[in-house]
Amino acid sequence: MLKTPIYMDNHATTRCDDRVVKAMLPYFTEKFGNAASRNHSFGWEAEEAVDKARNQIAGLINAKPKEIIFTSGATESDNLAIKGVIEFQKERGNHIITCVTEHKAVLDSCRALERQGKATVTYLRVDRYGMVDPDEVRNAITDKTVLITIMYANNEIGTIHPIREIGRIAKDKGVVFHCDAVQAVGKIPVDVEADGIDLLAMSGHKIYGPKGVGALYVRSKGPRVRITPIIDGGGHERGMRSGTLNVTGIVGMGAAFEIAGREMPEEARRLGELRNKLQAGIFERLDEVYVNGHPTQRLPGNLNVSFAYVEGESLLMGISDVAVSSGSACTSATLEPSYVIRALGINEELAHSSIRFGLGRFNTEEEVDYVTDRVSREVKRLREMSPLYEMAKEGVDLKSVNWKAMRE
Amino acid sequence: MAYSSKVLDHYDNPRNVGSFAKDEPNVGTGVVGAPECGDVMKLQLKISDSGMIEDAKFKTFGCGSAIASSSYVTELVKGKHIDEAIAIKNTVIVKELNLPPVKIHCSVLAEDAIKAAINDWKKRKGAGVEPAKAQRA
Repeated sequence: MLKTPIYMDNHATTRCDDRVVKAMLPYFTEKFGNAASRNHSFGWEAEEAVDKARNQIAGLINAKPKEIIFTSGATESDNLAIKGVIEFQKERGNHIITCVTEHKAVLDSCRALERQGKATVTYLRVDRYGMVDPDEVRNAITDKTVLITIMYANNEIGTIHPIREIGRIAKDKGVVFHCDAVQAVGKIPVDVEADGIDLLAMSGHKIYGPKGVGALYVRSKGPRVRITPIIDGGGHERGMRSGTLNVTGIVGMGAAFEIAGREMPEEARRLGELRNKLQAGIFERLDEVYVNGHPTQRLPGNLNVSFAYVEGESLLMGISDVAVSSGSACTSATLEPSYVIRALGINEELAHSSIRFGLGRFNTEEEVDYVTDRVSREVKRLREMSPLYEMAKEGVDLKSVNWKAMRE
Repeated sequence: MAYSSKVLDHYDNPRNVGSFAKDEPNVGTGVVGAPECGDVMKLQLKISDSGMIEDAKFKTFGCGSAIASSSYVTELVKGKHIDEAIAIKNTVIVKELNLPPVKIHCSVLAEDAIKAAINDWKKRKGAGVEPAKAQRA
């Protein structure tokens, strides 16, 4: 029996896996020690658990355990990586290369540094599939460039950037390469060695672990990457991130990463199939639907589509028993539609009409069928209510309409 | 953001959705907003020669609050004289639908739609009268 509401917003967060919760539970009560307590068994036990998690996380990305720095989440990891490199390298240079579709944790860290006069930033454009061109990265490098920060896969449209090529360019030019891999780790293979990544931001809750815990991979060799901490205190995490370790969260994140590593091939295949089924089902029932993102270089669980002539938030309202998200302006306080969708160069109306489906571990084929049907029926209903659909069916070219003049 | 029960009701059961035939006499059409802003409302009013609004229909591209605002407006103006309808302020819509501050622009758009539809009717009526006179002369 199908249970509603259906959760299909797994890019936002994921349900904690029961196996993860089970691993965490003892660390709330009987194993509650502080991992920094060096002189009793409670502390040793906690430290041991943290070390195990460090191994589990390092294992998934082909890193060494000591290269994993625990944080409160990927936003902190991005802040630490970007601000940490800029501060440490201030004698050498101050130029950052990033791209317009990055997560706000990256973009706003860059903007903060610009505002403070600590950095100049190049924001690279993306192609119509949301992909950055490695040649543009190469061409943007100056003798002041100290950091390249490009995400592994985009959180809205799922586009996977050519990370390995960018990693090679960064290495060639001796520039530190930071990669926000929040959406990629555990979903597709990520290998910091093969990919040439120096800093990598990760999150627990995007891969069926708990919220409030994340990590930053910091390369220790070839070359050793140095960062200045942004949080000062007891010198935890090799001085890079002070603060008592969130042992329970770290244990959960470790368990989640281990499960992801083991189950990724099968899970990616299954989610890819479910996603393709959802896409095919929607396209079969509706005309004028457009995929946002790369046709092939895309996360397996991601489907971002624009339903022409239907505004995204109104569609979300109509499918209230299905949890998905919209790039529509109306879901945000700014009244601006998604900057990621707009960066693809599609028209603004389609940006307002975009819906992101994020399939995850706990979604079933039955749910996909239900959502396909539900969405298609609601789009049809809203199109019957849409003046734009009516005009388009009458043969009016919406681009030729002077909307301002009509208002007067 | 949670929607008010009145917004939900208008969204689930929109009143007076549709269009009058293009060439129907006595119909004024107002189209306001722009697709790139995420809101377009089309409001059509059937108005008697004496200026009474006899019927209203709408179509809206926009969020739930925009749909609800236009749906409510069709109910609000029916049976009113154009002089009364043209004076309707967006605050009436905000109050009725419990719109949060971020959705006030939806009510402004609905107010604009009423004015645009009535002005269109006036313009068309003026234009329609002229040739009739000319024919008679």
